[in-house]
Amino acid sequence: MIVGRPIVAGEADGEALVSADALSFWGGYDFKTGTIIDRHHSLAGARAAGRILAVPFSKGSSTTTAVLLEAVRAGTAPAAIVTTGVDAFFALASIVAGVMYDKPFPVLALDPAGFARLRSGMRLRISADGRIRESDVEAS
Amino acid sequence: MVRLTARDREMLDGAHGAAPQLAMSIVVRMAEVYAAADLMDISQAHIDSTIYLGDATLEFAERLASLGARVAVPTSLNVSGVDECGWKEWSVSPEWAAKAARQMLAYERMGAVPTWTCAPYQTRMRPTFGQQIAWGESNAIAFANSVIGARTERYPDLLDICCAITGRVPAVGLHLDANRGGQLLVRLVDVPERLQRDDQFFAVLGHLVGKLAGDRIPVIDGVVVSPAEDHLKAMAAAVASSGRVALFHLVGVTPEAPTRDAAFHGRAPEQTVDVRVSDLRDARRELTTADGRELDMVILGSPHFSLAEFSALAPLVAGKRKHPRVKFLITSGRFMKEQAERAGVLAPIAAFGAQVTLDTCILASPMLPPEIRLLMTNSAKYAYYAPSLLNARVTFGSLADCVRSAVDGLVVRDESMWQ
Repeated sequence: MIVGRPIVAGEADGEALVSADALSFWGGYDFKTGTIIDRHHSLAGARAAGRILAVPFSKGSSTTTAVLLEAVRAGTAPAAIVTTGVDAFFALASIVAGVMYDKPFPVLALDPAGFARLRSGMRLRISADGRIRESDVEAS
Repeated sequence: MVRLTARDREMLDGAHGAAPQLAMSIVVRMAEVYAAADLMDISQAHIDSTIYLGDATLEFAERLASLGARVAVPTSLNVSGVDECGWKEWSVSPEWAAKAARQMLAYERMGAVPTWTCAPYQTRMRPTFGQQIAWGESNAIAFANSVIGARTERYPDLLDICCAITGRVPAVGLHLDANRGGQLLVRLVDVPERLQRDDQFFAVLGHLVGKLAGDRIPVIDGVVVSPAEDHLKAMAAAVASSGRVALFHLVGVTPEAPTRDAAFHGRAPEQTVDVRVSDLRDARRELTTADGRELDMVILGSPHFSLAEFSALAPLVAGKRKHPRVKFLITSGRFMKEQAERAGVLAPIAAFGAQVTLDTCILASPMLPPEIRLLMTNSAKYAYYAPSLLNARVTFGSLADCVRSAVDGLVVRDESMWQ
């Protein structure tokens, strides 16, 4: 189990998609398909819709939050976003998705050691108190 | 918990109306995210939420406007999703144009100034040193903080307008002097003055520093030239594309870095990285993703082309004509174009065959026809984003390279400085 700090609390269940590269959603995420499109990014081509996306922080464009809001509306957003440290951009997108569509998604901050334990393909369950469990292999 | 003034609380309770209440609720939630102890006043805002992406950005804007939202401070507007007057010349669908125009109208109804530019610092709404502002648009944030010494956090879309409506922001981050000191030292080692004078140098340096800095404040030591404002603009755009840099210091150039020690607030750097000509050469190479000499379009103006840039371009194109197969497009703002017209530098540019798009850019508006695949630009920001956003391939070069290539109809680059 990994304990994160819930920046926007909530529950999510999904397959982890993990990268050490920061991501701009504008120019980096196609909200029509839920796919990462930034050619400079290690997850380029991967579908993140419905998955638990773990990137250290957002970078680049201010429009990242607006792309995420579009993705929430279109049903193509990640199920949750996990970062190292507090990322205000991802938090804001979730808060506004709550205000506009009543669909906030969990945003969690981990310390670097916790973040380093995440691997793409892990089946994760996030609970409202910020705990992350692997849901296939039971651990506590 | 963030401390609120009586007025903040009134807004939050709805005493000032539904729009300030909604905006203040988001500002207060974000203050908690930032772990801010207080809110503080701002005296200006720049709104990046203007960029139309789809129904969500439009619904957000129209929700605020329909609640009667008004900005509380002088507020400029970033690019929109459409060139309001010129979109029909391009591949923009009428549906897109109509919705993007509705989004523009919503922000105009809130009392913002229709600047429609990503370079608001080159309009009459340029902030001053030390001024507390809430700006969106990554290049503008980096420019305002670094080159002007104004104080803004890195504001995302959807929050910038809430700050403008309330006039309040969480008192955190780059608003506070104590957080503006450098963290990463980037030393230019044996980077000759003649390379620093090349007009691609600061864009390339920005691209490289953005990658090196990650989320830290970089201090670059070893600049021996006095860069033009538009070179610093190119650097700000580049550093905020490849990285998340909202503030950089150039020792001896930018206002908070008269000395290296001052830039670091007297502290030691967390890390030092040496940058040599070979690193810059590699960074420049990364900005080019095209592999041949074929060329469909030259694109200039990210951030928006300034009067000085129009003035530099005019003599390069005077008496020439671009190749008929190659398009030549400049993206700029209404205010900049007016200035260029008045200065008489637009005529030779039009005679050359160049077009000017206002209010938006090729990344924010779906204006390019699908057959345009191979771009050439002097903008590191266009070079960074066009491959992902437009599925285009890009050649990065100097302004003079762009002009020569447009005339020849094939990519021509003067590599002598970068061998």
